[in-house]
Amino acid sequence: MPVMPSMSSISSMFSISAPVSTATDSASTSRSGAGRAQPVLRVRNLTRTFGGLVAVNNVSFDIYPGEIYGLIGPNGAGKTTVINVLSGLLPPTRGTIEFLGRRIEGLPAHRIAAMGMARTYQNIRLFGAMTVLQNVIVGQHVHMRGSLLERLVFSPRVRREEEAARTRALSLLAGVGLDGMAHLPASALAYGNQRRLELVRALASEPCLLLLDEPAAGMNVAESAALRSRLRRLADSGLTLLVIEHDMTLVMALCDRIGVLNFGNMIAEGTPAEVSRNPAVIEAYLGSEE
Amino acid sequence: MQALVDFYTANSFLINLIGINAMLALSIYMTLSCAMLSLSNAASMAVGAYTAALLTMRTGWGLWPAALAGAVVAGLVALLLGLPILRLRGVFLAIATIGFGEVVRIVIVNTEALGGSEGFRLNTGQTTVTAGLWEIYAALAVLMYFFARLKGSRMGLALEAIREDESAARTMGINVTLYKVAAYVIGACIAAVAGALYAHTRSFLSPGDFGFTRAVDILVFAVVGGTFAWRGAIAGAFVMTILSEVLRLVPPIAGVYVKDYPEIFSGLVLLLIILFLPNGLLSAALHVRLPLVSLWRPDTGTGAGAQKGEVAPDPRLLEPDGAELASPSGSAKD
Repeated sequence: MPVMPSMSSISSMFSISAPVSTATDSASTSRSGAGRAQPVLRVRNLTRTFGGLVAVNNVSFDIYPGEIYGLIGPNGAGKTTVINVLSGLLPPTRGTIEFLGRRIEGLPAHRIAAMGMARTYQNIRLFGAMTVLQNVIVGQHVHMRGSLLERLVFSPRVRREEEAARTRALSLLAGVGLDGMAHLPASALAYGNQRRLELVRALASEPCLLLLDEPAAGMNVAESAALRSRLRRLADSGLTLLVIEHDMTLVMALCDRIGVLNFGNMIAEGTPAEVSRNPAVIEAYLGSEE
Repeated sequence: MQALVDFYTANSFLINLIGINAMLALSIYMTLSCAMLSLSNAASMAVGAYTAALLTMRTGWGLWPAALAGAVVAGLVALLLGLPILRLRGVFLAIATIGFGEVVRIVIVNTEALGGSEGFRLNTGQTTVTAGLWEIYAALAVLMYFFARLKGSRMGLALEAIREDESAARTMGINVTLYKVAAYVIGACIAAVAGALYAHTRSFLSPGDFGFTRAVDILVFAVVGGTFAWRGAIAGAFVMTILSEVLRLVPPIAGVYVKDYPEIFSGLVLLLIILFLPNGLLSAALHVRLPLVSLWRPDTGTGAGAQKGEVAPDPRLLEPDGAELASPSGSAKD
């Protein structure tokens, strides 16, 4: 276990050992961002450069269990780079990332995924030629153990595992109304359904932290509102979310805390109300008055 | 029955060649199934052929132990080679694997014990080991079983996911490097077994048998048949092997025999397939309603279909008021 900086060991031990009394209690703890619980994700001084371009500069933030953390900022602020570094697709240039108390910076993406971090993509990246059902079964890859050798000899254990994965996939798909399309190729789905499928595929791995890169892109007002209540319910069930989003209505209504990036720097952090009053944020979005 | 035996006797060369080519096509399908364009199958075939031939002729091993040894050697070579070069993508991987093929060929040409450029003679002395119909088609049947079970398995789905989107596959927890190396090594082992059997259908091995032309031929089998299902590889090998034999029957045109230019012919077939059937012959079988062809049709799903409402939905995802179900088509402003 790495050392836990910036909090007294007594208080952190207390919050870990004490049972959470009610859902509201834990939610209010996390929504206040007071940080009494151990964070799910702890990012310190994260920097990522591409040649001479500093895409992410010295960014630090914590995300607590059950919290919905929003990462916003103008185009090119470095939001997607942060997600790509967190999920292991890009190694960080400098800085540390602690996920569930373990350092993960520089680990390969599949190891991070196996630890319980899942993500979606801004431009939906499904396995297009595979069926909707197969996409969700692949999402359960880290929980399946069956080897090819066992499958060659028709091992009953592998058969049961595959049956369970299929049932589980169908249950997730039914939750978003896609179970009737389970055997269509994923590329045949309409845009909104592809977004739902990508969310379900990420959930299939039973993550404890879900990174969503612009989940409401291309959605209308009603769909965006439905997505909001769905994400809130997921957070209430114990999932922790990091959301990158352009839709300010969604971000302000959905997130417990928000970090604002501008040119790779974290210029503000706080509750939606705090952030929306912050002069630096207003300047970044609207430009300063001369 | 006698008619069948006569048929085989008359056409044994062609029938055996179809089986061997089908195995070679499956070997390249293995790497193509996770979007790796590797052209080292002819080289792996050579490793298998020469290893097995040396073992049967010089040390008196039987055909199967020798073929397995050939597969092990080719697999180890592929493992050593694959770890560094599988980082390369697309044409760069193709070029690197062509380079490996040339290295293998040149090593054989310059190795006295392998017969060098003059070739390696089989079945000269007291030991006689040959591969025929049963051996070749037994091996092919085992491979077909392997690919049928691979499809839809955890590994099979992982390979498909890598083919579709490598980065997304990584973030689904799939160890892409591991699966790519595994696919490359398995492909090499399959090519080596095909090579071992090929060696024992002939009396003479020449390094030229395993050159660039052979590598391209193997790719053509898979592409002509269709690279989205293993059955396509077999269909392609079957059709292309028979077509190349049919070429021998074509009478000379202005004194030129078409059969002397097989590369031009297979290039033409490849061009036509890419233009008119980009998913290969197997995709045509989807539209043909003949009993035999239907059997060969690839299955599109993972088995039993799902009925709506068959499984209870995950409660965390459901909308309490069903508000979202108002727009189930999900047509957004795209």
